[in-house]
Amino acid sequence: MMPPLPDPAQIIAACLIVPALGTLAILLAGRWPNLRETVTLATAGTLAACVLSLLDPVLAGGRPTLTLWEVLPGAPLAFTVEPLGMIFALIASGLWVVTSVYAIGYMRGNDEHAQTRFYACFAIAILSAMGIAFAGNLLTLFLFYEVMTISTFPLVTHKGSEEAKRAGRVYLGLLMGASIGLQLVGIVACWILAGTLDFQVGGLLAGHVDGWPVLVLLALFVFGTAKAAVMPFHRWLPAAMVAPTPVSALLHAVAVVKAGVFTVVKVVVYVFGLDLLTDTAGSDWMLYAAGFTILSASFVALRQDNLKRRLAYSTISQLSYVVLAAAILAPLSVMGAALHIVAHAFGKITLFFAAGSIYTAAHKTEISQLDGIGWKMPWTMGAFAIGSLSMIGVPPTAGFLSKWFMLSGAYDTQAWVAIAVIFASTVLNAAYFLPIVYRAFATRPAPVGPGHADHGEAPLPIVAALTLTAAGSIGLFLFPDVFLSLADQLVGGRP
Amino acid sequence: MMLSQTLPALQVVLPLVAAPLCLFLRPPKLAWLFAMAVGTATLATAIALIIQVQHTGPIHYEMGGWAAPWGIEYVIDPLDSLILGLVSGIAWLVLVYAGPSVEAEIHRDQIPAFYVLFLLCLTGLLGMVATGDVFNLFVFLEVSSLSTYALVAMGRDPRALTSAYRYLILGSLGATFYVIGIGLLYMMTGTLNMEDLARRIPEVADTRTVAVAIAFLAVGLALKLALFPLHKWLPGAYTHAPSAVTAFLAATATKVAIYVLVRIFFTVLGPIDAFQTLPAAISETQVVAVLAMLAMLSGSAVAVFQTNVKRLLAYSSIAQVGTMMLGISMVSVTGMTAGLVHMVNHALIKGTLFMALGAVALRVGSVRLEHLDGIGYRMPVTFAAFLVGAFSLIGVPMTAGFISKFILVRGALEDGHWLMAAAVVVSSLLAIVYVWRILEVAYMRSPPATAPRVREAPLVMLAPLWLLALGNLYFGLDTTYSVGLAQDAADYILTYMPGEGPPGEHPGLGPGARPAVPSSGGAH
Amino acid sequence: MLETVLGLYNYWIVIILMMAGFYTVIARGNLAKKVIGLNIFQTSMFLMYITMGAVESGTAPIVAEGATLYTNPLPSVLILTAIVVGVATTALGLALAVRIREAYGTLEEDDLRVLEDRQDTLRDTAATQDGEQPVSP
Repeated sequence: MMPPLPDPAQIIAACLIVPALGTLAILLAGRWPNLRETVTLATAGTLAACVLSLLDPVLAGGRPTLTLWEVLPGAPLAFTVEPLGMIFALIASGLWVVTSVYAIGYMRGNDEHAQTRFYACFAIAILSAMGIAFAGNLLTLFLFYEVMTISTFPLVTHKGSEEAKRAGRVYLGLLMGASIGLQLVGIVACWILAGTLDFQVGGLLAGHVDGWPVLVLLALFVFGTAKAAVMPFHRWLPAAMVAPTPVSALLHAVAVVKAGVFTVVKVVVYVFGLDLLTDTAGSDWMLYAAGFTILSASFVALRQDNLKRRLAYSTISQLSYVVLAAAILAPLSVMGAALHIVAHAFGKITLFFAAGSIYTAAHKTEISQLDGIGWKMPWTMGAFAIGSLSMIGVPPTAGFLSKWFMLSGAYDTQAWVAIAVIFASTVLNAAYFLPIVYRAFATRPAPVGPGHADHGEAPLPIVAALTLTAAGSIGLFLFPDVFLSLADQLVGGRP
Repeated sequence: MMLSQTLPALQVVLPLVAAPLCLFLRPPKLAWLFAMAVGTATLATAIALIIQVQHTGPIHYEMGGWAAPWGIEYVIDPLDSLILGLVSGIAWLVLVYAGPSVEAEIHRDQIPAFYVLFLLCLTGLLGMVATGDVFNLFVFLEVSSLSTYALVAMGRDPRALTSAYRYLILGSLGATFYVIGIGLLYMMTGTLNMEDLARRIPEVADTRTVAVAIAFLAVGLALKLALFPLHKWLPGAYTHAPSAVTAFLAATATKVAIYVLVRIFFTVLGPIDAFQTLPAAISETQVVAVLAMLAMLSGSAVAVFQTNVKRLLAYSSIAQVGTMMLGISMVSVTGMTAGLVHMVNHALIKGTLFMALGAVALRVGSVRLEHLDGIGYRMPVTFAAFLVGAFSLIGVPMTAGFISKFILVRGALEDGHWLMAAAVVVSSLLAIVYVWRILEVAYMRSPPATAPRVREAPLVMLAPLWLLALGNLYFGLDTTYSVGLAQDAADYILTYMPGEGPPGEHPGLGPGARPAVPSSGGAH
Repeated sequence: MLETVLGLYNYWIVIILMMAGFYTVIARGNLAKKVIGLNIFQTSMFLMYITMGAVESGTAPIVAEGATLYTNPLPSVLILTAIVVGVATTALGLALAVRIREAYGTLEEDDLRVLEDRQDTLRDTAATQDGEQPVSP
């Protein structure tokens, strides 16, 4: 006999409580690094298991909900698991496990300070990612969105140097400023117009608003969600690269930025609804803004020599793919947007892991220093190559899949601009990733100066983590069924 | 008479009678314990009143058995009970907190006097709220103000004296303006009872005397509540007063003044829409709203450049007073709710922040930014509470400050006041800047190597501090009580209509009650 | 016209006193004089209350034989209270002035501002020079 499965609502609660308890336990275990790291891993594993156990009900068409008390009259703290949130929660919790393994290797390998604070803040950031993923209304989404901003601030400024402080100011100022200044106003306006903040299939604003206010409201949301890094609200992302690599990898390639684009897609689908935006042409400008961001960020990325900064600008450009796909408003392209959240997560986390691996093993941060490093660190650079291919969208990697859906959707709606942007940027992606791979494998390493010990691969946990995510990128191409059916449900498909 | 029926009187009389007794308790500890006991009893009374009002509606109590409008009447309605609860709650927490802080900051001989003044100040604030008579309100206003001036002057710094003096001059001017306004109203209506005034005021609404009275009342009260540009007394008074006094003043004094403004303009003068006539007297624009927005922006902007954290928070208080007034100036249920909720929430926020600063002042000896390097690591528990209050001040979600901001923006957008919404947003962005300056110093610099190790604040200071800090979190997540009560109160005020008057001849309108004003009215 | 000027002479007095007192509070730099100005200002308010209660040919409100018309007693009673408040304010204001003089050696507003500013800067430089925690006096 199988034990009866717990109520899905309880699992949702567990998804929030587990990282909260984990944070406490990490703080309590701060003095004993081994215990602390065990706690982190145990928490990450438990959380991933919790999220996974929600997958079956959702795939079967269920929408588990959990409503807590009312924060404001008519606006409770409420959670609903729907396909898009499920996708986000799956990658955030799943990759947290991998990142925890990686972080242990990285933090120990680099002998970083204040590790307890690091792990604790990390757990809170994941908690907020869960909250964002499962949010049942705009208020809950906003609450956790801000928690995420604040909990990641100590991670960004982890080094404590002047540069880190400056970066922290940009980070906090842009993210929080945009969210309070624009997003909050948009949420309040929604509440007044529609009388509710609950996400609804077909859009909560449908039938309540028409004409130019749609455009203004959408702008408030898209720019207010600065985590989506649509230009000109993108500057925080390169600034955040001062953070330790695990932070850049999980938070600034997965959790934080994906929370941003997730919010944008969620708002487009559940707040406005595709029909409303199609009827009012309220999202045309979004197409151009995203297209501009994609291309210009790619051009900037071309000129960066610092590896992490190049990755950051690549992230900005890739995030706007998701925004662009959402703006095309075709069901297929929205599916592409959802899939790209997953594909980019796996690809980019691999690239960041590789960058951190190089830093740990060789203490190199610039691309021009990477001559011939592929032969010394074959696993790392092999994974890097796979990640790059996924970014460009070459089969057999996940990036191909999401781009295919986007293009199909764009073709359906004859969004030629979008198609042109995607093709142009694919060329640019190749132009800034392939030279790195080429340099790593095809050139001769610089001679090792006297007094410098030569290096080999990074510590085992790091290599294991990045191999896993690189394998994930390929695995997703071969077995995309789960995410495909979730994405299909997002645009109205039946289970 | 049943105890429950005398609660409104007890609320005020208890601290009033108890205050002088402190003088006989020479040992500071004893005076403190006694004052704390009085504070507890006062808080219990306030809670009993809140419960009673929720069950039975407004309570009327005739002082000395004289029926209104002849005698002085105490009236507790939903708004009153909210403010009474707030003031006595904060007073209790500050009294608990005061013990060690006061012993460190005030000369030993003056400590019993401190508690006398503190209880008198509390009496005045509670009296202003409880009374139903506009002149009696003035008396309580002066009781609280005079004791406040003296309390401010007890600060260690010699600048506390000049600050107290300036506060005295401006405060007395404000109070006198208020009495002149009241006198003019009395001239026209022959009554001082609030309900009675509300009943009679429509008859004489169009006279120039009433217009002048409204102007005097508005200016006087604006001075008391530190509405821009009449806020000059506030930064000095908050900066140099003893820590416990600053915490108490910041959390209650301006709030009660705002309460008085709401009371006078929306209930006493509510039937003639006095508040709405304020702008018409000067220009077409809403003068209060404009001043409130200027307060929010200028207060926040000045706060950004302060290096004394107490002064920084004082300027932030000016901005926050503007926020409350902005909500009130919308004259809508949502706006009024926002104003009132922010009164409660801001009391929690500033109470937390100033209490935490007091604890820092006790251990470190300074609250200037340059001495607070790494204070978050030197006094982690104390400063974590400051952190909560600071987040709440910015309006981070899950804190009380977020709730008030949210409702305020909602109130502004509901009526299409885009400019007001923008002002709220800009001032909270400025709040991020000035709050972050403190937090950066506290958490992102390491403590100087030469700095002596400091202990955490004593438990009696930490406990009330953390109660307030947790209050910030609680009211950010569950707003049944704060928003619920405020909404009831807002509904009540905005739809206020005086009841039927007592039958028979009116006391004020006997022969010659309106003697020497032959042509002051009617010429409109 | 004449009636407005002469018939309402009591109010004119009130207004003149009020403005004189108000002006003194604002314009005078001497702290003691400010308190006196405040006093005059408050006195004008007392007068206003008392004159509005007065009834022509009315007697003091004491029950006596032959008296049929009384002055309204309420304003007088109110003003008794207000006078007490005024005295308290004056006393406190002057007491503060004395303490300020002890602390700063002057009662002039302008001098005080200079001294206070100096105190601010002194404290700042002292703190930055030797990096010690200053303890307030």
